[in-house]
Amino acid sequence: MENIQTPEIAIETKNLFIFYGSFAAVSEVNMKIEKQKVTAIIGPSGCGKSTLIRAFNRMNDFVPSSYVTGEILLQGQNLYGRDIDPVEVRRKIGMVFQKPNPFPKSIYENIAWGANINGFKGNMDELVEQSLRGAALWDEVKDKLKKSAYELSGGQQQRLCIARTIAIQPEIILMDEPASALDPISTLRIEELMQELKKNYTIIIVTHNMQQAARVSDYTAMMMLEKDGSRSGTVIEFSETKKIFTNPKDKRTEDYVTGRFG
Amino acid sequence: MNPKRDHYPEGEALHYSLNRRYRRASIWQTLFFSALVIAILSLAALLYNVIDGAFGYVAFEYKNDPSEFSAKPLDDLSKQELLDILKANLSSGAFTKLENEKPMDTRSKSVLYTLLLERLIQIDTKQTWSMTDSIFRSAKIKAEVAEKYPEAKLEFRSWLTPVFLTTPMSSKAEFAGVRTAILGSLWMVGIAILFALPIGTGAAIYLQEYASKNFLTRIIQTNINNLAGVPSIVYGMLGLAIFVRALEPFTSGSLFGVTDSNGRTILSAGLTMGTLVLPLIIINAQEAIKSVPDSLRQAAFGVGATRWQTVWHHVLPNALPGILTGSILAVSRAIGETAPLIVVGASTFISIDPDGPFSKFTALPIQIYQWTTRAQSEFHSIAAAAIIVLLILLLTLNATAILLRNRVQRKY
Ligand SMILES: Nc1ncnc2c1ncn2[C@@H]1O[C@H](COP(=O)(O)OP(=O)(O)O)[C@@H](O)[C@H]1O
Ligand SMILES: [Mg+2]
Repeated sequence: MENIQTPEIAIETKNLFIFYGSFAAVSEVNMKIEKQKVTAIIGPSGCGKSTLIRAFNRMNDFVPSSYVTGEILLQGQNLYGRDIDPVEVRRKIGMVFQKPNPFPKSIYENIAWGANINGFKGNMDELVEQSLRGAALWDEVKDKLKKSAYELSGGQQQRLCIARTIAIQPEIILMDEPASALDPISTLRIEELMQELKKNYTIIIVTHNMQQAARVSDYTAMMMLEKDGSRSGTVIEFSETKKIFTNPKDKRTEDYVTGRFG
Repeated sequence: MNPKRDHYPEGEALHYSLNRRYRRASIWQTLFFSALVIAILSLAALLYNVIDGAFGYVAFEYKNDPSEFSAKPLDDLSKQELLDILKANLSSGAFTKLENEKPMDTRSKSVLYTLLLERLIQIDTKQTWSMTDSIFRSAKIKAEVAEKYPEAKLEFRSWLTPVFLTTPMSSKAEFAGVRTAILGSLWMVGIAILFALPIGTGAAIYLQEYASKNFLTRIIQTNINNLAGVPSIVYGMLGLAIFVRALEPFTSGSLFGVTDSNGRTILSAGLTMGTLVLPLIIINAQEAIKSVPDSLRQAAFGVGATRWQTVWHHVLPNALPGILTGSILAVSRAIGETAPLIVVGASTFISIDPDGPFSKFTALPIQIYQWTTRAQSEFHSIAAAAIIVLLILLLTLNATAILLRNRVQRKY
């Protein structure tokens, strides 16, 4: 990669370990995630994908026993530094969860709430429309903004969650298996949406679906449990998605992406 | 490895084993059914017992003949006629006093009628009978009355009447009502809720959303759970020591310029009841808060909310129906409590409505308790009527709680 012009880095981890109590769920991760690209994290269940992605916006803080060592740098600033407020981190790095989790409020309020609590001062109606358009949901809901978000289908709810996230204008959007609870058509719409979103945002997505990773991502990080029996997960290979799928360096990656993983 | 089937019974043996299993199952089923029947029977017996006492024959004599006051039969008198009779026959002092309590012409006809009976004709109750006796031994009762009390009238009466609900205490069972007691109970419950709901909810929020799960919080939690089971009389002692005695300047109202009262006020009773239900309210509120799914909290945190914003905008609104339901159920326990009130010092005879937190008071269970200890059978009848009032109050509260729960049930 050195010979290409230096890519802009959105977020970077340095020697990152993530612990639950004394158990290192994720160890020694060093990644540079490029701006306005889709980076996929793949790997078998329990290898620490969710743990890693949740570390990016300090959602792991809510697990009392968890802590990290090493650094996650956003524009050179360590997100786990002493003077960093996790609330601020979560505004800059939004998150979409595995199961659609809209607020039990109207569609409009679902978007307005996040903006309000973060002190948004602009025109709310405009923001709501913009965000819904950004999440490719506007045409479907523009006539029922006052209706409960629960009246939407699962796929629409997930896009509403994406709209809610882009409404707070983050730099990075994290998605933890955002389509795993959705039907194939809704999944496809989310995947298309990601291609749109990466024009403005950096996207990190966890998926267990290899085809999905191949379809949507520019870079792929392959996670596995360490061979030493510690049950600790780490990134064993991280490079362009094309390379991971056609010419992996690591034998385990090859086995996994070709479905030979036991 | 070949599957071996011969370890399991076949044919005759299978039948035998199946039959044994069915027999055992049916024995247990019968036992469970009997348990249910016993439960229902005891509930039915309770209800029957209460209703049985609240209706029935009563034999009574008039001390003064009604014809002295009116030529017409009493039942045919109009409101105006009743008023005139009262005016003509009561001493002017007594009439003015009644007028001052509540203007006579604003009182209903049945109230005036009761006044006529109470003040002028004056009733002397001889004996009362239960509803069952009145229905099945009617002829015998009539004969008995004719023989023992030749002067007496026999009447089938419901002791539970609108007048019973709206008149204050009286030393004569026929004219006693539960208004003071109902108001006392409502005041008390109101104060208890005002005290315990915010504190209980606050404590529950702290325990669920803020406190770290360590040794100390586990101890606190265990204590709260145990406090919910402490006998109510102990809360009565606590209330006596703290609210009646230690905080007397506050609970008697002397801090606020009330002079004619000691610490045995409705405020002390309400606070005692509030303390009594506080652990229950905390536990119920915790359950309600727990039932708000984590995905909702994550959603809020995910868009950059603080803990407080998450709690205030999402956790609390979604837990509120559950918290209210739990609190109503907890308070309906307080409404029936008697022991703490006795300790805190409820008045047993009081006919003035409570008019504020610093009033002396009585409450329904106190009134019931007091009436059941009287020797005369007519007091037992009004006690039964008051129990029905109490049960209706309880059922109303519980029904409200259930309605609330069903109405706002959410899916996340
Ligand atoms: N809240 C938690 N407390 C303790 N251990 C956890 C917690 N969450 C996950 N883990 C452990 O961390 C490891 C990685 O889990 P996770 O990140 O969920 O994996 P993945 O998302 O790849 O399936 C697993 O061994 C899991 O048991
Ligand atoms: Mg996961």
